[in-house]
Amino acid sequence: METNVYKPYLMRIAEITEETPDVRTFRLEFTKEDEAASFSYKAGQFGEYSVFGEGESTFCIASSPTRKGYIECTFRKAGRVTKALAAREKGDTIGFRGPYGNTFPLSDWKGKSLLFVTGGIALPPLRCVIWNALDLRDNFKDITIVYGARSVQDLVYKKELAEWDARPDVKLITTVDPGGETTDWKGPVGFVPTVLEKASPSSADSVALLCGPPIMIKLTLPVLSNLGFSPENIYTTLENRMKCGIGKCGRCNVGKYFVCKDGPVFTFAQVNELPPEY
Amino acid sequence: MGKKTINVDSLGELFHKIKSGGKRILAPVEKDGVILFGEVASYPEVATGYIQTVFSAKEAVLPRFEEILRFSSEGRDVVIEEESNKPVPTVVFGVRPCDAKSLSVIKAVFERDYPDIFVQSKIDSTTVIGLSCVNSDEYCFCTSVGGAPGDTAGSDLLLTRINDANYLAEIITEKGESIVSSAPELFSEAGNVDKDRHLAQVNRQFDLDELEKRLPALFESPLWAGQSLRCIGCGACSFVCPSCTCFDIQDETDGARGIRLRCWDSCGFAQFTLHTSGHNPRGVQSKRWRQRIMHKFSYQPGELGTAGCVGCGRCSRACPVDMNILQHIKDILEAR
Amino acid sequence: MLAKMRQKAKDLLSSGVVSTVIGYGEGSGNRVRALFIRKPDDADKLILDERCVQNLAVYLTKREVRALGRPAVVARVPVMRTIQQLMFEKQVAEGEVAVIGISPDSQVLDFPDLKSMAEYVSAIPFELSADEKAAVEKLEKMTAGERWNFWLDVLSGCSKCYACRQSCPLCYCERCTVECNQPQWVSVPSHGLGNLEWHIMRAMHLAGRCVNCGDCFRACPLEIPLNLLTQKIITDIADKFGGADEYALNAFKPDDKEDFIR
Ligand code: SF4
Ligand code: SF4
Ligand code: SF4
Ligand code: FES
Repeated sequence: METNVYKPYLMRIAEITEETPDVRTFRLEFTKEDEAASFSYKAGQFGEYSVFGEGESTFCIASSPTRKGYIECTFRKAGRVTKALAAREKGDTIGFRGPYGNTFPLSDWKGKSLLFVTGGIALPPLRCVIWNALDLRDNFKDITIVYGARSVQDLVYKKELAEWDARPDVKLITTVDPGGETTDWKGPVGFVPTVLEKASPSSADSVALLCGPPIMIKLTLPVLSNLGFSPENIYTTLENRMKCGIGKCGRCNVGKYFVCKDGPVFTFAQVNELPPEY
Repeated sequence: MGKKTINVDSLGELFHKIKSGGKRILAPVEKDGVILFGEVASYPEVATGYIQTVFSAKEAVLPRFEEILRFSSEGRDVVIEEESNKPVPTVVFGVRPCDAKSLSVIKAVFERDYPDIFVQSKIDSTTVIGLSCVNSDEYCFCTSVGGAPGDTAGSDLLLTRINDANYLAEIITEKGESIVSSAPELFSEAGNVDKDRHLAQVNRQFDLDELEKRLPALFESPLWAGQSLRCIGCGACSFVCPSCTCFDIQDETDGARGIRLRCWDSCGFAQFTLHTSGHNPRGVQSKRWRQRIMHKFSYQPGELGTAGCVGCGRCSRACPVDMNILQHIKDILEAR
Repeated sequence: MLAKMRQKAKDLLSSGVVSTVIGYGEGSGNRVRALFIRKPDDADKLILDERCVQNLAVYLTKREVRALGRPAVVARVPVMRTIQQLMFEKQVAEGEVAVIGISPDSQVLDFPDLKSMAEYVSAIPFELSADEKAAVEKLEKMTAGERWNFWLDVLSGCSKCYACRQSCPLCYCERCTVECNQPQWVSVPSHGLGNLEWHIMRAMHLAGRCVNCGDCFRACPLEIPLNLLTQKIITDIADKFGGADEYALNAFKPDDKEDFIR
């Protein structure tokens, strides 16, 4: 029988992490075993999360597909739905539709180095890829992460940042904007593009993944280009407004693409071809 | 599949047969001078002598709002219930060939990738009795976008008035055949009929392929701002359009029970693409107007193999500020 | 008078006093449409006849029109009233807009500034037409139940295309209450309840502000007589507030008999 594509899975909130005062991570578990067993996704995909009675909100799956039995999402309290989501407690039921969209082509990247460049609340989509790559660590050469936030308080996944920092097989640079440091902050202070320039990771046999606020992207692209990354080798995710997630409602249409079904993962070679409507 | 004729006076009986067969009939009806598709009990309620209904027949398969989910909460649990949105066997009577053609655009959007059962099941349970146009006005341009006043595409049965007393009835599909066979006594074999002689004359005004080819290069053109200066950014053009399908999703609750609804939306509205952050990729009306034209005439032909416009002219007629799409397209084709 | 209006438009443009003249020109199918004249020579495209009724003040708050520079606008009495109201509401300031006034007997009026336009238009009584009055009276004579059914019926067809709102020069809010969802004041779908909420909200937000230009009604593709609501409110305000100095919503009296306001 045909199914209702708008019908979400019912998910139980198994764990809540308060990342910053307004950013939360939920670990969600399926309420039905058969759904848990048949569910699969790939790095880069997203979903529609719903609070019944309030509506749906779009964000990526922030956990790695190598970790089975649950998904995680990280969101900032901003609109009607995310505020309602943030008010949920452990054990509550929410809805999830997905996974939707295309994926980061991790299998094409075997034997390459990965450079992650990201800022603020844009780490979640890359966190999924980072864990995915770390769980298959032998497949990749160097893994470098440059992550910046406005202030120490705004850094998300603090525990994981410490974990990555401690690993010898990951090079992590965490930076905060000038003025955002605390007295005991030991990392660099400065904006992501500057810090990246200083670190100057090699572009040889490497792909870059760049996610962040528009201004950060704009200033980081030339740096990556100077380092020798071609637009084909720089990946990002677009964050258009979405409703349906499945290429029907028209909202995320940019040029001949629907960000929801043809994206959200694009290379900058593709982005450069798009009308500037993202 | 065959050509018959039916006498005008037999339509009453045909309606009766359709209704007693358990189907509701939607047809153009007039209320306070406005002609819209509505449910009718009998043939005399059907309006005549109009060029176009204000809203299109799309409402039969994509209503203004419809339930797509039903749920209730009990404490921390949520139960998803069977939705009450089930298709009603329907005959839509008096559908203009342009509207009939638009059903294929709607179908294409809702069938690809993730088939939408609500639209699909409504299309499946709907029989389209088309009505060829004997009159047209200056806003019509079906022939420029691949249609025609007597086009059979999208209709299950197409009626064309061939004289004072009779309609030619062209049977296009099995659904159409089953209408005819539900009342075979009302239909006679059609002899040789020159149908074209009875149709409205709608001259071809532009080349659709040419338009599709030219649009990408015009993306940054100042013409969009020039054309849309008077556009006030309402949703009238999208809502009356038979091939506009964009929608919003909204929850409504009554205590612990609730429904999720799909509601018509429009790319002409400022809020359509507005991000929660306040960033708006299409922050001014000229960009939204460009999107309307680009989507219909550049993106959709590539994606669906069909333009998102059937030339019904409704948007031009309904626009409060006289944004005439045909004139605008001609100007676009002239832009250098 | 047509020649005078065109000449005036030409003068304003060639002297550089304004960069755009917003007026009326021929449209399609015997309709007229708004024209944005940028060059003196194009002023001859301007027309003026009984079809020219769109309230062009709607463009004075449109971002892309504002970006063109200082406009002049062809304004009949309702348009002038709108500009006056937009001044009360600090949306248009003296010096920002020039007015090519058109008197009720179609004479072109010269106003050195908006203040003199406001004085002129204030002197013309603001009243409903005889037909409009009759329609309001008919509404008032209904019982509450009849009126409820009347409005349910009239508004049930509304599709929420918001052509009425967008055509209204006084509905200039960047984010309309129907678009605010924290909380969701008005339900989004165009069902019976949603439509009632929307239209009551709209009418209340226009109380004391609506100039009765009729554009909302003319814009509605379904010809819903939604302006009957605002006309009723105009009648009530005239009855209950009489000659408020600015406009009723701005009038505050410490001895108001309603206590919600204190
Ligand atoms: S073109 Fe006309 S109908 Fe469409 S949004 Fe603009 S003003 Fe409204
Ligand atoms: S865009 Fe206009 S002319 Fe084309 S199908 Fe839609 S309403 Fe009709
Ligand atoms: S213009 Fe008419 S249909 Fe559109 S929102 Fe207003 S009343 Fe409703
Ligand atoms: S979110 Fe609906 S089309 Fe992409």
